[in-house]
Amino acid sequence: MATVIDTLHADRRTRGSSEGEPPPSGPQPLYKKRTPIYPKLVHGRWRSIKWLVLVATLAVYYLLPWVRWDRGPSAPNQAVLVDLDHGRFYFFFIELWPQEVYFFTGLLVVAALALFLVSALFGRLWCGYACPQTVWTDLYILTERLFEGDRNARMRLDGAAWSLNKLWRKGGKHAVWLLIAVLTGGAWVFYFHDAPTLMGQLFVGEAPWGVYLWIGILTFTTYALAGGMREQVCTFMCPWPRIQGAMIDHHSLQVTYRADRGEARAPHKKGASWEGRGDCIDCDQCVVVCPMGIDIRNGAQLECINCGLCIDACNEVMDKVGRPRGLIAYDSDAAVSARTRGEKPLYKPVRSRTIYYAAALAIVGAVMLAGLLTRSSVALDVIRDRSPTFVRLASGDIRNGYTLKLMNHSDALATYRIGFTGPPGARLRGVGVDNVGGDLQVRVDPDGQAAMQVFVTAPDDPSRPLSAPASFKVTSAASAVETKTVFLSGDQGQ
Amino acid sequence: MSEPREKDEHTGTETTGHEWDGIKELDTPLPRWWLWIFYATIVWAIGYWILMPAWPGLHGYTHGLLHNSARAQVVQDLKALAAQRGAAGAKLQSATLEQIEADPKLQAYALEEGQSIFGDNCATCHGQSGTGGKGYPNLRDDVWLWGGSLEQIAQTIRFGVRSGDPNARNSIMPAFGRDAVLPASQIDDLTEYVVALSHRKADAAAVARAAPIFQANCGVCHGPDGKGNQAFGAPNLTDADWLYGGDRASIHDQIWNGHGGVMPAWGHRFDDATIKALAVYIHVKSGGGQ
Repeated sequence: MATVIDTLHADRRTRGSSEGEPPPSGPQPLYKKRTPIYPKLVHGRWRSIKWLVLVATLAVYYLLPWVRWDRGPSAPNQAVLVDLDHGRFYFFFIELWPQEVYFFTGLLVVAALALFLVSALFGRLWCGYACPQTVWTDLYILTERLFEGDRNARMRLDGAAWSLNKLWRKGGKHAVWLLIAVLTGGAWVFYFHDAPTLMGQLFVGEAPWGVYLWIGILTFTTYALAGGMREQVCTFMCPWPRIQGAMIDHHSLQVTYRADRGEARAPHKKGASWEGRGDCIDCDQCVVVCPMGIDIRNGAQLECINCGLCIDACNEVMDKVGRPRGLIAYDSDAAVSARTRGEKPLYKPVRSRTIYYAAALAIVGAVMLAGLLTRSSVALDVIRDRSPTFVRLASGDIRNGYTLKLMNHSDALATYRIGFTGPPGARLRGVGVDNVGGDLQVRVDPDGQAAMQVFVTAPDDPSRPLSAPASFKVTSAASAVETKTVFLSGDQGQ
Repeated sequence: MSEPREKDEHTGTETTGHEWDGIKELDTPLPRWWLWIFYATIVWAIGYWILMPAWPGLHGYTHGLLHNSARAQVVQDLKALAAQRGAAGAKLQSATLEQIEADPKLQAYALEEGQSIFGDNCATCHGQSGTGGKGYPNLRDDVWLWGGSLEQIAQTIRFGVRSGDPNARNSIMPAFGRDAVLPASQIDDLTEYVVALSHRKADAAAVARAAPIFQANCGVCHGPDGKGNQAFGAPNLTDADWLYGGDRASIHDQIWNGHGGVMPAWGHRFDDATIKALAVYIHVKSGGGQ
């Protein structure tokens, strides 16, 4: 990314980016005072999309815990529920057990790869539109605007002496901010408990203390991060801006100031000629609407979240001065370079980077999907007794011990037969378990599990490998699953 | 700093002067709130000193206003554990050993508790895996000195072996050589006889000489055929399992010195439910009598 800036914008980077900043003199200070940002309201296509995404994501966040999903009498009827007490995660038709944590790992891998792919293709769309930090900051700025007015009014108010007017505007804003923060924390806890029940408990003060603690924590973080810290979170706390530099290249679409068209920039008087100059009239509208407080004309930079509000602002200005829209647009650095050289810009969405990301995403996604679809209603964990690995009986026979964990994922009581396949002559026995024709028979409650100690005894056969392949097979009327293990009759290396 | 530092052309930020392969390190100023967070951690630390145990002194340490004590926490946790075990513990108390083993939930509970009790108390001699060692019986196979049924195991745990408890399992293997009960030559012959009992090659003449001696001195406990007797804790001498070693030297040593181990009577330390859990654990882990 750095090379892009060098070739395109080296001549302008030395210009201070923030308005009103005095030219630096003397030794550089150790700590930098924060420059307040007053983003101006803007209208346009990207702002509308941002509002839509804001409403959609907040609606999902606040309403999802209230969606019901019938799972029968033995399971909760909340569509999305993290049941920590019983170690279950419910997501509509999916129910995951703690043993299946790899699905969460897979989900995180899919999310990361999707982010890689989107970043490589379209830049930091996640940061600009969908990141909770962006969504809640947007909501908080909306509130601020309701109480204190738009950019200029806010700047005036901050500069003014304390008065009753300032007091109620500031007080009202913070009160609504806190209310939103409490509701944010309040919605979070519903994902971990039955929402209607917890709602009742919350109001009569009978909810678990942990619930109040979590509401408190999320109230604090929402209020502090969306109200107070805002762009500081993205610039100084979040690792993603740094990581994304590795995903983005010359061909990624990003919010771009088309320097080839805009330069040389200069103020423009109505009716004056556009000959011999660029389209940028240096009105700074792209700067005043920016929630990150940067000047996009300096090129791609760490702080830019790719939200496109400067595009809307610039288009409005271009309409007014009668020039074509798109002086700032989602464009690639390669296209700008090509036009600067007088060539036709070439867009390359398909390139090795995006192919790799898409392929990895498709593979992991397919594996996850296959795993979910072929998931059996019964699971069997076989834990070999490791200490001792085997026992030699008085008769000379060899005995191995196993702990079997049988999990019934279905919502019905089920009877399972467990059989063993391994060395010839091996006999399977369980302690306190019914034995039917050499197999074990176990009943497991709906959504329940059973653990049992079993032993396999086989004649001592010197010709058998010390570690012989073996397996346990569970069958029921509805399903069958096989788990591999080994039968040991000696220690390797002795 | 005497000299003004170099400024980076693109960002207007000073560099640290460090340079690697033409890449220069910028000295970007930290945001001021970062410094405030640092001050906040100092304030937090002072609050911590006041509230929590913090400073060592000549006579003890500062206890803090909250009187937090990790030791008291452990005591409280143990109480909570006892309360939690109450219900299941009561069931262990009332159920018979067979009932505990046949009920999958109760068995699972007994196994969990038994494992931790075994690890804390029994593993010192019998080993973490329960496989014992020389002089300490293996509890994972199907060979038992004093019997391997649930009741017999519970009895052994409760009263111990040669523990001094009036109900302890007692038996004495005489030191035939050390106490000069038998002459050395006869002990050599007996060694050959015991080797022959366990189906190995032995000196036929010595075996023949030792046969009447074995019947007169050993058969009372170990049985005329040498198959042992669990009532006296007398080991079976015809199998492949040896508590004190199965080679000639070890067998000779055992006849000469008559070793006998001691196991404490755990009934003095554990309540009935704990002993039941332990007995079920040992029984299940040794194959459940099968």
